[in-house]
Amino acid sequence: MSRIHVTTTINGDPVEYLCDPEETLLDVLRDRLGLTGSKEGCGTGDCGACSVTMNGRLVCSCLVLGAEAEGAQIATIEGMAKGETLHPLQRKFIEHAALQCGICTPGILVAAKSLLERNPDPTEEEARYWLAGNLCRCTGYDKIIRAVMDAAAEMREAS
Amino acid sequence: MQYLAPTTLDDAVSMLAAQAGDCRVLAGGTDLLVRMRSGFAEPDAVMDIKRIGALREITTEDGGFRIGAAVSGAEMAENAALVAAWPGVVEAAGLIGSTQIQGRATMAGNLCNASPAADSVPAMVAAGAVARLASAAGTRDVAVEDIPAGPGKTNLKPGEFVASIFLPARPARSGDAYLRFIPRTEMDIAVVGCGVSLTLDAGGTCTAARVALGAVAPTVILVPEAAQAIIGTKLDDAALDALAAACSAAAKPIADKRGTVEFRTHVAGVLARRAATIAKTRAGEQA
Ligand SMILES: Cc1cc2nc3c(=O)[nH]c(=O)nc-3n(C[C@H](O)[C@H](O)[C@H](O)COP(=O)(O)OP(=O)(O)OC[C@H]3O[C@@H](n4cnc5c(N)ncnc54)[C@H](O)[C@@H]3O)c2cc1C
Ligand code: FES
Ligand code: FES
Repeated sequence: MSRIHVTTTINGDPVEYLCDPEETLLDVLRDRLGLTGSKEGCGTGDCGACSVTMNGRLVCSCLVLGAEAEGAQIATIEGMAKGETLHPLQRKFIEHAALQCGICTPGILVAAKSLLERNPDPTEEEARYWLAGNLCRCTGYDKIIRAVMDAAAEMREAS
Repeated sequence: MQYLAPTTLDDAVSMLAAQAGDCRVLAGGTDLLVRMRSGFAEPDAVMDIKRIGALREITTEDGGFRIGAAVSGAEMAENAALVAAWPGVVEAAGLIGSTQIQGRATMAGNLCNASPAADSVPAMVAAGAVARLASAAGTRDVAVEDIPAGPGKTNLKPGEFVASIFLPARPARSGDAYLRFIPRTEMDIAVVGCGVSLTLDAGGTCTAARVALGAVAPTVILVPEAAQAIIGTKLDDAALDALAAACSAAAKPIADKRGTVEFRTHVAGVLARRAATIAKTRAGEQA
């Protein structure tokens, strides 16, 4: 079977890879590029653990083909911290103990970042609806939401 | 499997015509990729239509809106003019899945996936939406209610696909709404769905209406008797009772783990009444 050559941008860096036509972007990120921060919880679009942004839109990378990334701008959890400096959301997740096993955390952070880029001052309800496609089996959602709201407040003050 | 990514409608039409095997159109992939991964679909090729610029646009035409087949629910919700004219259709499309799914899912994909519970379809049928189909033979326009043939089946011919969906111009004092019943608040499949679109005259009497139901028959259904029950009325209680009765009578649901026949039949009427009331309020606000 012939592989597809894809040229794309991931977290600002130009990237090239070969992938099979039916291979998902999630599998490309994890298995070909070693970007294992994005997780596979379900592979069917239900859990959000594989969340990335593609051309600025939040998507489930398990429901995107690797071939579709041609010419696109992809952002993953690996691009969130700047060197050793954590993103405010990442810091607040630690402060609020908003994670336990951590499988859902990368997807939730990517999704929350995308929310705050569009809406720096969301209500709790807006944040809960925005994150409804991100499932967490351990922590419970209250701590997660508190961490997101607190990060949003800090980011508003800083800007 | 082959991955095809045409950049013009002409190329798409000829690529699809040239495919001997099973070639599926890939829009948002939120149904197709799930089916492929679970082994329910093993196409020889997929044709990604998202690189065709014309299919990614929402354009105004004859006072209505033409929505390209690759436009996502999120993009629809960001188009203020579309939201103002067809709030019910935009809300119905907006109910599909999570934020992540919204970034990809299209109404054309929702239609062609042909689930009886597809959320945007009753809203489109109520709106009188028309799908433009493209193939090597040219294009043809087909009412949205005539596209689904049964669960998972459409009346599209081989080599034919949906290029766009047209929502017609709105007369003054028109409004639409879509409601679904699910046991939770997000991320679930409609147990019953109902779309209503109507127009009022200056005195508040309903002069035109279309009512459609989802998840109560093998396909989404248009219910002309329900529309007749409110046309000529001011949507008073008696008219709304008649509307609800007509919807319950038209509902021929199955029983499954999400709802019994009796429950679905009853809820079809309840939702119709509520959706009609919202549509009426919206029509009034436009006066
Ligand atoms: C987590 C999750 C939640 C969901 N929630 C809902 C929900 O609440 N309500 C609901 O109704 N649906 C829901 N869905 C189903 C799905 O998201 C919708 O049906 C969506 O609208 C499909 O659109 P798409 O663009 O992703 O279609 P695709 O997956 O790209 O295509 C769907 C089918 O239609 C065909 N097709 C697509 N476009 C065309 C075209 N232009 N011409 C001809 N054929 C075409 C494809 O070949 C395929 O068979 C959900 C799915 C997931 C994964
Ligand atoms: S792995 Fe993609 S949504 Fe669960
Ligand atoms: S911390 Fe384990 S799933 Fe969320």
